[in-house]
Amino acid sequence: MSDPHAVTRKIDRSHMQVSDEVAIQISGMNKWYGAFHVLRDINMTVNRGERIVICGPSGSGKSTLIRCINRLEEHQKGQIVVDGIELTSDLKNIDKVRSEVGMVFQHFNLFPHLTILENCTLAPIWVRKVPKREAEETAMHFLEKVKIPEQAHKYPGQLSGGQQQRVAIARSLCMKPRIMLFDEPTSALDPEMIKEVLDTMIELAEEGMTMLCVTHEMGFAQAVANRVIFMDQGQIVEQNEPKEFFNNPQSDRTKLFLSQILGH
Amino acid sequence: MSNSQANSAVYVRDAMLPAEHPPAMETGIIKWLRENLFSGPLNTILTLVGLVAIYSVLSGILPWLFRSVWVANSLGECRSIITATFGEGATGACWAVIRERWTQFIFGFYPSHLYWRPVLAFLLLLAALAPVLFTHLPRKSLWFSILYPALGFWLLWGGTIWIPVVAMAGFALGWLALRVLQPIGGTILATIAAVVVPILWWLLLAGPVAQQLQAILPIGIEAVRSDKFGGFVLAFTIGITGIAFSLPMGIILALGRRSDMLLVKALCVGFIEFIRGVPLITLLFTASLLLNYFLPPGTNFDIILRVIIMVTLFSAAYIAEVIRGGLAALPRGQYEAADALGLDYWKAQRLIIMPQALKISIPGIVSSFIGLFKDTTLVIFVGLLDPLKGITDAVRASIEWKGIYWEPYIFVGGIFFLICFSMSRYSMYLERKLQREHR
Repeated sequence: MSDPHAVTRKIDRSHMQVSDEVAIQISGMNKWYGAFHVLRDINMTVNRGERIVICGPSGSGKSTLIRCINRLEEHQKGQIVVDGIELTSDLKNIDKVRSEVGMVFQHFNLFPHLTILENCTLAPIWVRKVPKREAEETAMHFLEKVKIPEQAHKYPGQLSGGQQQRVAIARSLCMKPRIMLFDEPTSALDPEMIKEVLDTMIELAEEGMTMLCVTHEMGFAQAVANRVIFMDQGQIVEQNEPKEFFNNPQSDRTKLFLSQILGH
Repeated sequence: MSNSQANSAVYVRDAMLPAEHPPAMETGIIKWLRENLFSGPLNTILTLVGLVAIYSVLSGILPWLFRSVWVANSLGECRSIITATFGEGATGACWAVIRERWTQFIFGFYPSHLYWRPVLAFLLLLAALAPVLFTHLPRKSLWFSILYPALGFWLLWGGTIWIPVVAMAGFALGWLALRVLQPIGGTILATIAAVVVPILWWLLLAGPVAQQLQAILPIGIEAVRSDKFGGFVLAFTIGITGIAFSLPMGIILALGRRSDMLLVKALCVGFIEFIRGVPLITLLFTASLLLNYFLPPGTNFDIILRVIIMVTLFSAAYIAEVIRGGLAALPRGQYEAADALGLDYWKAQRLIIMPQALKISIPGIVSSFIGLFKDTTLVIFVGLLDPLKGITDAVRASIEWKGIYWEPYIFVGGIFFLICFSMSRYSMYLERKLQREHR
C-alpha cells in the first residue's frame, strides 16, 4: 500500500476497549435536501469505546451523517439517540447532546477574534459554567496534550493549519465530551501537517475515546479503527473490521473505491 | 566583471560593492514630482490647469479671510471697518457675528444663567463615552456610562429627579424580569417579559410613581422647556441619543431579519423596508403632526423626544442592513462551531458572531452615525432650531446682522466637519486596533 501517512508507531491498545454500552443508536434514518435523498435508511449502533472510520466518495453523505449526530443537520425520518437522548426539534435536548459530543471540522472553524486559550475556555465557561481559572487550567492541560501550550496567547490566524486543527481538537476536549466526531480533519491540511493531527487523534483513541471519523487516511483507519464503514449514494454499502475491509472487500463499489484511493 | 558573472557558470565575487546613493532623478521630491505631476504631456497640462484653478479659488478666498474683522457690533460696523482699513470696495469676513452670538449657536435659547448645565452634561458625556470608546480604560467606569442617559436628561431638561430615576427603573425591571423568568419559563417567555414589563411600567406606573416620590421627597432643579433648546445642544442631544439607541436596535433588527421565525422576520423586513423607503422628513412630520392624533388626548409627548425616536428608528433601519452585510460575510463554519460547542443562540451571537460581524461593519455603521448626526439639522422642518438654519436664520433676522451670509454657515459647517471627521478617524483607529488584535 502506498499510503504516505501509514502509521508506523506502535499503538498502545491497553485502553482501547469496546464496552457493551450503546453510545449512539441510529435507526431507519433518512434525510433529504429538498427533494434530494441524501441519506437513505441508515442503521447503525456505536458502542462506547468504538473507533469508527467512515469513508466513501465525495457526495456519498458521510459528512452529512456525522453532522446529523449533533444535529448540525436535521433528519426527516427515523431515529437518532445519542447518550440516551433522542434528537428531536427540542432545543434543550440538542444543546445537551452538543455539549456531550465534540466535533472537529475540516476547516478548523476556530474563532479568529479570540486567542487560542479563549477559544478553548469559551464553551466550558459559558455552557458548563466552569469558573474561569479552572477552565484555563483545563485548557492548558489539553493544549499541552496537543503539544502547543506555548501558542496559548496567540490568535488562530498566527498558527499553521496543523496547529489550528490541533487547537480545534483541544477546544472540543475542553468540554470533556464522551464522543468525538471528526469531519475530514486532515483534508484541508498540507501533507507535512497531516501527521501531527493524526498523531493527536491516535493518542485520543489510545485513551479509549469513542470516535467517529470521516477521513480518507486509510493508514489511520488500519491502525486505530475497530470498524470501517463505506458509504455510497447516501447508503451504508459495507462495514467490516479494518483488516477484512481492506484485504477482502466484498462489494464491487468498495473494491472500486479502494483501488482508486490506494491504487496510485 | 559583470560580464564574467553573467556569462560563465562559475563565478566568485572578489570585492564587495559599497552602498551608493540612488541617482538624483530617482529620489526625493524630484522623483515624486516627475512621477506624479509631470509624467507625460497630458499630466503636465492637467497639473498646470489644476494650479491655475487652485490659484483662482485661493485668490478669492484668502484676501477675504485675511481681511477678517473680529470685533464689531453689527454688519454695518464690520463693513465700515473693512472700508476704513483696506479701502473702498474691499470685502472681508465678518467673524464678529460669531463672537457676538456664539452662545446662541451653541445653546439656542437655553436660559443663559443655566448654561453650566449643558456644559456639565457635555463634559460628563465625554467621561461616559471614554470607557465605551477605548477598551483599555477601567471597565468599572462603564457603570457611569449606563447611568449617564438619566443624568444627562436631568441636567438638560431639569425638573424633578424622579422622572429619570423611574425611567431607568424600567430598564432594571426588564432585566429583573429576564433573570427571574429565564430559569422558570424559558428564554422566549423571559425575552418577551423583558420587553413588555418595562413598556407597561413606563406607560402606566412610571408617571404616578414619579409624582408620589416627588411629593414625598422633592428633589429638583429648574426645568427648561424643549422649545428653549437649539443650536449644537439640540444637535448633540438628538445625535448622541440617536446613535446610542440605534446601534442596539439595528443589531436586533439585523438578527430578526435573519431569524427562522416567520413572524419576527416579516416584522423586521417590513419595518426596515418601510423606513428605508420613506424620507426622514416624512418621519419627522409624522412625529410632529400625526403622532398627536394617535396618542390619547391630553398627553404631552415632548417634541424633542418624538424627533429622537424617529431619528433612531430611521438610523436603526440603515444600521440593520449594514450589520446584515457583516453577518452574511461570516463563514458558516463559525455558526456551526458555536452550535457544535453547545452555545445557545444568544450566547453564540454575543460571543462569536456579533464581535466579528460588527468588526466587519464598522465603516458602514460609522457612516450611518455620521449621516444621522448631519441629519439632525433637518429638525428645522418641525420647528426646532437646528444650528445650521434655525439659529443662523434667527441671527440674520436681527437688525444688526441682517445680510450676513457666509460666516455663520462656515462656522457651523466647520464644527460639523470637526465632529464627523473625528468619528471617521475613530472608526479607522478602531479598525486598525481590531486588525492588530485579531490578525
